[in-house]
Amino acid sequence: MLIRKADARPLRNEDDVVFSRQAVRSWAVEIALSLVDQTKLVTAASELARNTVVYGGGGTLTLEQVEDGARRGLRLVFEDQGPGIPDIERALQDGFTSGGGLGLGLGGAKRLVNEFHIDSRPGEGTRITVVKWK
Amino acid sequence: MDRIPILKMGRFLLVTIQVDMHDRLALTLQDDLTERIVKDGTRGVLIDISSLEIVDSFIGRVLGNIAAMSRVLDAKTVVTGMQPAVAITLVELGLTLPGVRTALNVERGMELLQGELDQEGLATVETDADPQG
Repeated sequence: MLIRKADARPLRNEDDVVFSRQAVRSWAVEIALSLVDQTKLVTAASELARNTVVYGGGGTLTLEQVEDGARRGLRLVFEDQGPGIPDIERALQDGFTSGGGLGLGLGGAKRLVNEFHIDSRPGEGTRITVVKWK
Repeated sequence: MDRIPILKMGRFLLVTIQVDMHDRLALTLQDDLTERIVKDGTRGVLIDISSLEIVDSFIGRVLGNIAAMSRVLDAKTVVTGMQPAVAITLVELGLTLPGVRTALNVERGMELLQGELDQEGLATVETDADPQG
């Protein structure tokens, strides 16, 4: 996979969640994702960015425009040095929440993208990588 | 502090969300609306989200809360103008907004609220006219 362009931005507070939604939207428009796919990716990014801020204690979002053969896509990496997710399987289930949400964040975000990968170690942090292909 | 304006129209309250809401703003709207429902004796709340480009689980929860709180306070809520791409995404996300009434646009939303109010009025008149119950 070829990375054509990359940018990293901080996720410290809920204003950053809004900014990251807007950044993901403009990057999605740039590779001409369909409106439905843009909306799905921005919604997934909103869920994951909020998780990074609320549960991870803040972190970063890295946006990458990627190319794999003829197809183009966007890869988003959400990273934090927070407490980590002890039971990933359970965290991905609908209805599971450790906060005040609906428990649709992780599992819901997974359904909205093409590729979804969690790397998390208790006490060290969490890295969630998602890809949406055009 | 940022606030989303709430307009009063007869016995209804109107809100149009025109900005990309951060979480605090959505919670402020929830509090403001609940207060105004009581203060103004509101019977219906219309929230237009036609400018909203996404509804994630947080905003979905706030909409559900507003509907539930207004129901407890004897007011109906209708959410209008959801964009098709938002609707598709919501369902895939697993969010079906239970308890939230929706209408295609503001006009139909107002008709819905007015219709419910008229029906209630009719029911009251019927009860009054028939003392046997």
